[in-house]
Amino acid sequence: MASLAATFGRGAMTNHWKDIKNTDVILVMGANPAENHPCGFKWAVEARDHRGAKLLTIDPRFTRTSAVADRHMQIRPGSDIAVLGGLIRYALENDLHHADYVRAHTNATFVVGEEYGFADGLFAGFDEAAGNYDKTAWDYERGPDGYVRRDPALEHPRSVFQLLKQHYDRYTPDVVADVAGCSAEEFLRMAEIICSTGRADRVGTIMYAVGWTMHTVGSQIIRTAAILQLLLGNIGRPGGGINALRGHANVQGATDHAIVAGILPGYLKVPTPPQASLAAHLRDSTPRPLVADTVNYWGNYPKFYVSQMKAWFGGQATRDNDFAYHYLAKQDGDATWLSIWDKAHQGTLEGFVALGFNPLLAGPDVPRLLDAMSKLKWKVVIDPFMLDSAEFWKAPGMDPAQIDTEVLYLPSSHWIERDGSFTNSGRWAQWKEKAIDPPIGVRADTWILSELFWRVKELYQAEGGAWNDAIQHLTWDYLNPREPTMVELAKEINGYDRRTGRLLSSFGELADDGTTASGNWIYTGSFTEAGNQMQRRGTADPTGLGMHHDWAFSWPANRRVLYNRASADAEGRPWDPGRAGIAWNGREWIGDVPDYGRTTPPDAAGAFIMTEEGVARLFSSHLADGPFSEHYEPVESPSPNVMHDNVPINPVIRWYDGVRESLATGDDDFPYACTVYRVVEREHFVTSNVPYLVEAMPDFFVELPEGLAAEKGIPNGSQVRVWSKRGEVQGTAIVTKRIKPLRVNGKVVWTVGIPVHWGFVGLTQGSMANLLTPFVGDANTRCPEFKSFLVNVERA
Amino acid sequence: MTDTLSIRRVSASPDAYIPISALRSGGPTYAKLVDIGACIGCKGCEVACKEWNDLGVEPTANFGSYQSHRDLSPKTWLLMRFNEVEVDGNLNWLIKKDACLHCEEPGCLFACPAPGAIVQYTNGIVDFNQENCIGCQYCVTGCPFDIPRFDAATRKVSKCNMCVDRVEVGLEPACVKTCPTNAISWGSKRDMLALADQKVETLNARGYENAAVYNPAGVGGTHMMYVVPHGDRLGDYSLPSDPTASPAPMTALGFMKRMGAYLMGFGVLGTLVHFLRYGPERLEEHGGHGDGPAREVPSA
Repeated sequence: MASLAATFGRGAMTNHWKDIKNTDVILVMGANPAENHPCGFKWAVEARDHRGAKLLTIDPRFTRTSAVADRHMQIRPGSDIAVLGGLIRYALENDLHHADYVRAHTNATFVVGEEYGFADGLFAGFDEAAGNYDKTAWDYERGPDGYVRRDPALEHPRSVFQLLKQHYDRYTPDVVADVAGCSAEEFLRMAEIICSTGRADRVGTIMYAVGWTMHTVGSQIIRTAAILQLLLGNIGRPGGGINALRGHANVQGATDHAIVAGILPGYLKVPTPPQASLAAHLRDSTPRPLVADTVNYWGNYPKFYVSQMKAWFGGQATRDNDFAYHYLAKQDGDATWLSIWDKAHQGTLEGFVALGFNPLLAGPDVPRLLDAMSKLKWKVVIDPFMLDSAEFWKAPGMDPAQIDTEVLYLPSSHWIERDGSFTNSGRWAQWKEKAIDPPIGVRADTWILSELFWRVKELYQAEGGAWNDAIQHLTWDYLNPREPTMVELAKEINGYDRRTGRLLSSFGELADDGTTASGNWIYTGSFTEAGNQMQRRGTADPTGLGMHHDWAFSWPANRRVLYNRASADAEGRPWDPGRAGIAWNGREWIGDVPDYGRTTPPDAAGAFIMTEEGVARLFSSHLADGPFSEHYEPVESPSPNVMHDNVPINPVIRWYDGVRESLATGDDDFPYACTVYRVVEREHFVTSNVPYLVEAMPDFFVELPEGLAAEKGIPNGSQVRVWSKRGEVQGTAIVTKRIKPLRVNGKVVWTVGIPVHWGFVGLTQGSMANLLTPFVGDANTRCPEFKSFLVNVERA
Repeated sequence: MTDTLSIRRVSASPDAYIPISALRSGGPTYAKLVDIGACIGCKGCEVACKEWNDLGVEPTANFGSYQSHRDLSPKTWLLMRFNEVEVDGNLNWLIKKDACLHCEEPGCLFACPAPGAIVQYTNGIVDFNQENCIGCQYCVTGCPFDIPRFDAATRKVSKCNMCVDRVEVGLEPACVKTCPTNAISWGSKRDMLALADQKVETLNARGYENAAVYNPAGVGGTHMMYVVPHGDRLGDYSLPSDPTASPAPMTALGFMKRMGAYLMGFGVLGTLVHFLRYGPERLEEHGGHGDGPAREVPSA
């Protein structure tokens, strides 16, 4: 998500599930939708069979998605940037990019400052001691008017276009083959199909998921794909986009409501200690326009922020007290997944509440996590099922007598046992009804959290304590304050006029003067005076493109395709009239809900309203590890970095104590590349409680290429042991033709595959895949590196 | 709806045997079409089948495959079979939904000696009625597709019944309902044949020159048909290239039954003659009185 925001201004799937039927080429990479998104995947099959779209997979394994694809190319885990970089070079080298689109809708024309440069694997501004970049070295060059200098001819040597060309020129087909282990010919056949969409009358989509995010270079992999899609003119168009497929039915909704560290609902920012006042926070968080012709919609940040504070603190948030700014915690340092568990591991974290997930199985380096959990004073697990995380002290090899952690397990109702909404990958918030009652004594999360709040509040009232005001003044004025209804919460999230109580119909109505309240500005319009818009089930489809504006509510503003202004040219004419996103009819935009003012003329502002540039960023200073992407090897790699051996891995990774020592260092003890993944029969860990699904995929297994199995004397179906420098697993060998040996940098590399769904609690038990994975993450998001590391294998 | 369940054939009942041609004017005949090229092997159908038919869980163990069970069983009427095959240097992961094909000429029914244990409805569904099953397993040998499975505990044979209870009330079978990629279609046999032709054309256009519809003539066609991307490699999908079944055993059965009736008639006549000539038998000499053979069982 971080990288999509860095490129386009919003971090979400650009299009939506049904829109995939409108495409000409589907590249599935870093995802396996047939297995992990089988229902949505029907639209890929639909495009393939009814549009004649080409369905391509690039993956370390031949998956069930590959089984129905037109073409598959196997690559080594962790080589994605090399492959995508090669595609960028191929498009530019062969003049296949969509030149008019690039000129109109990207920052290709922008001129970068003289300080910028890239040499030997490092961008300008690298601070070796701090292990990070001074990003001012990536600033644009300003003209005399204070705005960024632009060169519409794209010829300036420091124009983004020229720098881009230069940067990716090193990613030749031979380099791609050397890094990824595919053949140059195979790569070129793929490139030809993918880059065939750089025309007005063709469009391609990319489907990705955690196969990209779960790397030390995860954000930059997605950036590379976003750059490619921009060059091909595929963003904002029906049938196009870069589509982040979310795993759980409501991952998008959870993300929108701040499941990720560092954000508040609606992608607002968590205040930091240096921001001593609301004004300081708003100044740091509100982007200023870099060109004259940008909508710069994030310029409205103060309205969203103040409205959120009004939703939370109501009458207690006033102009005089900085709208309760001081009631919010200021985030001191890094609260990402890895950092939290690092704190626990250091013994400086007292307690942990796990609500609706299974952190022991979901995190890397389980031996380290077990140690970290054992150091907690208390742990609360709130879940419909008893989880491995609640019983971590029963994990194989643990001695409960040595663990003092107090564990509280609160059974909560399952989503099937309550109403509410799901926001799917495509940002459609869809209301759902409760199907069955929860078992007796089992409570909804809303009850549990309300009780927690009231009891803490009562304790504060009785005993006082630090930060009492924030607790006492939090708004909790629900009809039954001990258990708010989902409808009440949905209305609060939508927002209302505080003077009249009227539900707002658009975030355009939000104000920064305290007259409006909204729990999450991007959901304004989801529950209006006209009713619960998420509950709508109209099937009309006047565009014929599957937009269904009367079905549920799609944030923002019921818009179905993000950045849809870019589906039309500079004059507002759709690139492809047969697949028009929006079109300018001389007075207003028609089609999808425009990502632009409805009556704003096409030449008034740039197409990408969420960036201060007004256009999408081919070059972006918003990520920690470079304005362009670069291939870095995984921290455990079977190969040196053929592009720059002196900077083999991402130079701005955050290293936690003791992690470097837990990595294999290129010796022969761990010769095989390994990757972990999910299978369609199971959903993470919860399905280990569902008998029919356990039956469908009963046991933990290890996928081994035929040649490696033969070399190691491992027959199909036998027990096999796999170990990394951190832990070991044992399971049934599935010896397969679907993973081939690869020739990487002149050396044969074998890949081993491992599914994640097993633990020691549930109907069947099996090894935890994350016993093997390294405790290291993406340089931006700290999303753990689950997807490429090294192991050894033998017959058990 | 009731016409969908009018009976075309009943096992071991020659008088219910009506030539196919005479049945063409009956109610709708349904068919299920499985597009192997659109199947992602998610096993949703496998689980839906178990849930709808209340088959229960069968403990499984991974045996070195994505396939859940080694074989069909009385508790597993539908099994996704996985096979990795290289064709012209390209890897294919062939995934096939294995279940009863519901033959127009059902070898199981023809072979069955138990009256009413197997019925074929005019809608095309071939259904096993366990109440009447005698556990002889002739149906197992009679099936050219190796589908019916014998349960040693109950001594009954079972297989997919095409969710006849759903079809009867106008619903599609559970597997069709659950398929996420629309790889399984449901409709009249005629519509499904037309759809199958379209799907073959699509596959041809995608480079599968040998794509074919699997609706084998040797069994009179089937009510579960496949669209097979590699129509020249049926063996790789475990599909017999030329399965056969014919109503011959039933015809033979009819003959035997008539013979039996004649023999019984002769027996009664003989008894009468014997009685007229020798008078009544004294019961204490024999434990009971014998029946003439009511019917003969044809050999498989």
